[in-house]
Amino acid sequence: MGSYVPNTEAEQLQMLKEAGFESFEDMLSVIPAEVRLGRELNIPEGKSELEVSREMKKIAAKNKVYETVFRGAGAYKHYVPAVVTTIVNKEEFVTAYTPYQAEISQGILQSIFEYQTMICELTGMDVANASVYDGATAAAEACAMCQERKRHTVYVAETVNPQTLSVIKTYGFGKDIDVKVVPACSGTTDLAALAEMMDSESACFVVQHPNYYGLFEDIEAIEKTVHEAGARLVMSVNPVTLGTLKTPAEYGADIAVGDGQPFGLGLAYGGPYLGFMATTSKMMRKIPGRIVGETVDTQGERGFVLTLQAREQHIRREKASSNICSNQALCALTASVYLAAVGPEGLKEVANQCVSKAHYLAAKLVEAGLTLKYEKTYFNEFVTECKCADTIIDACAKEGILAGLKLSDTEILWCATEMNTACEIEKVAAIVKEVC
Amino acid sequence: MQLIFERSKKGRHLSLFPACDVPAFELDAPKRAEAPKLPEISENELDRHYTELAKHAQGMNDGFYPLGSCTMKHNPKVNEQAAALEGFTMAHPLQSEADSQGSLEVLKKATDILCEITGMDNMTLQPAAGAHGEFTGLLLIKAYHKARGDEKRTKIIVPDSAHGTNPASATMSGYDVISVESGADGCVDLEKLRAVVGEDTAGLMLTNPNTVGIFDKNILEITNIIHEAGGLCYYDGANLNAVMGHVRPGDMGFDVIHINLHKTFSTPHGGGGPGSGPCGCKDFLAPYLPGVTVVENDGVYSYSKSEESIGDMKAFYGNFLVVVRALTYLLTVGKAGIPEASQNAVLNANYMKKKLEDIYPMAYDVTCMHEFVMSLEGMKHDIDVSALDVAKALLDRGIHPPTMYFPLIVHEALMVEPTETECKETLDHAIEAFRSIYEDAKNNPAKMHMMPMETPVKRLDEVRAARTPVVKYEFEN
Repeated sequence: MGSYVPNTEAEQLQMLKEAGFESFEDMLSVIPAEVRLGRELNIPEGKSELEVSREMKKIAAKNKVYETVFRGAGAYKHYVPAVVTTIVNKEEFVTAYTPYQAEISQGILQSIFEYQTMICELTGMDVANASVYDGATAAAEACAMCQERKRHTVYVAETVNPQTLSVIKTYGFGKDIDVKVVPACSGTTDLAALAEMMDSESACFVVQHPNYYGLFEDIEAIEKTVHEAGARLVMSVNPVTLGTLKTPAEYGADIAVGDGQPFGLGLAYGGPYLGFMATTSKMMRKIPGRIVGETVDTQGERGFVLTLQAREQHIRREKASSNICSNQALCALTASVYLAAVGPEGLKEVANQCVSKAHYLAAKLVEAGLTLKYEKTYFNEFVTECKCADTIIDACAKEGILAGLKLSDTEILWCATEMNTACEIEKVAAIVKEVC
Repeated sequence: MQLIFERSKKGRHLSLFPACDVPAFELDAPKRAEAPKLPEISENELDRHYTELAKHAQGMNDGFYPLGSCTMKHNPKVNEQAAALEGFTMAHPLQSEADSQGSLEVLKKATDILCEITGMDNMTLQPAAGAHGEFTGLLLIKAYHKARGDEKRTKIIVPDSAHGTNPASATMSGYDVISVESGADGCVDLEKLRAVVGEDTAGLMLTNPNTVGIFDKNILEITNIIHEAGGLCYYDGANLNAVMGHVRPGDMGFDVIHINLHKTFSTPHGGGGPGSGPCGCKDFLAPYLPGVTVVENDGVYSYSKSEESIGDMKAFYGNFLVVVRALTYLLTVGKAGIPEASQNAVLNANYMKKKLEDIYPMAYDVTCMHEFVMSLEGMKHDIDVSALDVAKALLDRGIHPPTMYFPLIVHEALMVEPTETECKETLDHAIEAFRSIYEDAKNNPAKMHMMPMETPVKRLDEVRAARTPVVKYEFEN
């Protein structure tokens, strides 16, 4: 009902006349009749706001919302501080366009500059872009950054999130990039296989740390192998770990990527999330997407602008480093506000609680009769083995608990965060014990 | 303005997390040498910081935003409410289909309505932005030719008036870009098109109305020329707001399209994103669609994926909450509201154009669609006042400037797109502003280079920013 058109019919008629038309039909006669639709659209009639509001509520209620979540696998339930939600809902941020007009967009530009700084602080890298679509596309864009005339094969660890691998392969299909999967051995990258596979045509190796199974990879050994072959190391990280653990820069990674969803973005049925990318100053001019830089105005005052645009599609067209135009700016803002709200101590606390709760969960599940599949160091996700994964997942669901993700008939990938209480963990263990 | 790092003081913090209620576990993994220098700040200071930043941002609610090609229309509030419903925000993307019937219903309903509006048979909602949708569409074209063993098709034809994302997407898809010069009327030059079409043509990328705001009358002949050569036609939906409900890309001969939910379907731009760029196609391309599509049987929704799918463009199902907003809009405006929106978008543009054309020469003197392009080449030549100068002068009048220097085929271009959600008074006010700037420019051209005068910062040194990049805050020890 309605189309948010404010002008009354009388005004529309007057404007048509002043613009030199007799009617809307007359104005639209520039469209050849043979392509005109000539009928009404076959879609529902418009509705009032109240009706639509009711309908959307009804649809949303068809989703089951789990109070207790032990599932991660690329989408994590973390606490979102109240101040984050309030700030990112400010309409000046929500409804602004890309800050093309710097003089009236200093707020947006500065927020991006602050975000870039925070990503650099977390990863230890020299330069970060203003965001890409998500962690998976960030990894795929990183592979494109590593392409050189004689180095075009991309190697990806088998232990990355399967969706990341799928996106890298799909992006690779575009440029006919050969994507090779480096096998795993007991849940982490097979170092011998990696050493054997890397050669003078290798562009890069993509590793996720902690990996899809929650395990830490031997990045020191991987870094050595990859760089000895003259290739680049792309590290995909869960950014929560960077509150305490060794950074991609300290490991010698060339590009750090990941998904910033844990930083204040809800589960949201998979999006919008936040792809972050950071690299060394050496590779600065290869990074895709917007970058904000500091400068001065004609009065010498500090100000911020979109910069290094010679990399981008609107200037370079077919020679651009990527086609990206719209990114995930509001999600980057969300991550910034989150990081400012929790601060260095808060992020460390979140990381520590994730670790402690996941290990408590694992211990309780083992007590209840499950077996840990890998006896290796993990962060906040781990894989268990059992007789029947479905039985456990169904039993948990009946109690309002979203259990871990079924990886196979006998394997479940579990996750715990600061959101899970001791009580919830003990409850899930009790359910498992009963059905196991 | 202070940076958030300059407001930081060691020891300040919010009280967010309870003490850990399970035994602390000491991880045996290498630690970082020093803690990240994140801000340490009170909630009050944090709030004030971002309120100050918000005051230095220009949103849709701050004033007229006629940014050509970006369709800055009103962002309805009920959309935001729908996207904030817990059933959507708290749903885990890897919940079972049975637990996600609401989400699947959103995806299915949005797909069905958008397919009808565009004349397509199926669609993926996975692409996160317009450019991402373009990339997806070109990969469908590539998969199609490949499946037929037709591997000699290595070229994508793009008019020189196209958005930069078009050629960039073609390159990402492994194609060579053939740029075709537009005719004097700003439309596709059929002879020049015929001259470049051949057995190596994989496809054509086009937007109609085109980037100069004109509906290309020869559209059926254009798509026919490509089809006869064995190529496919890609429709860039950036300008769909001009024609929705009146013409459908599918009826113009296009095989594959993308649309921008953040332009045409009223979802906000978020200062640069998140957007959503669904990619629709005709049946013969549907098997190659990425991600999953939703099918419905007796009111039960489930996912389906073809074995020939190109894979995934991103994780999960796209920017889902953006789709929720767009569906809310579609349900609100409905079958009558869609054509009403587009015809008023066209009217508002033509009204403004008519009221300005006596002093600002239009690049093309014909009826425009939802946007028009002025060329300030004469002004630049006569009194050295450029499109940039006029744009900057608008800032002082509280109006977001039009898109500048695009399309590239028009010199000193200003591209104005008022959208249908602006009332006559706003348009009249903007017309007045443009006219008074013209007078100011004539009377004192030198002063125009100093505009804007009233903004928080003055013109910024972009050259310095690019030559000596400072892209993060440098902390003092």
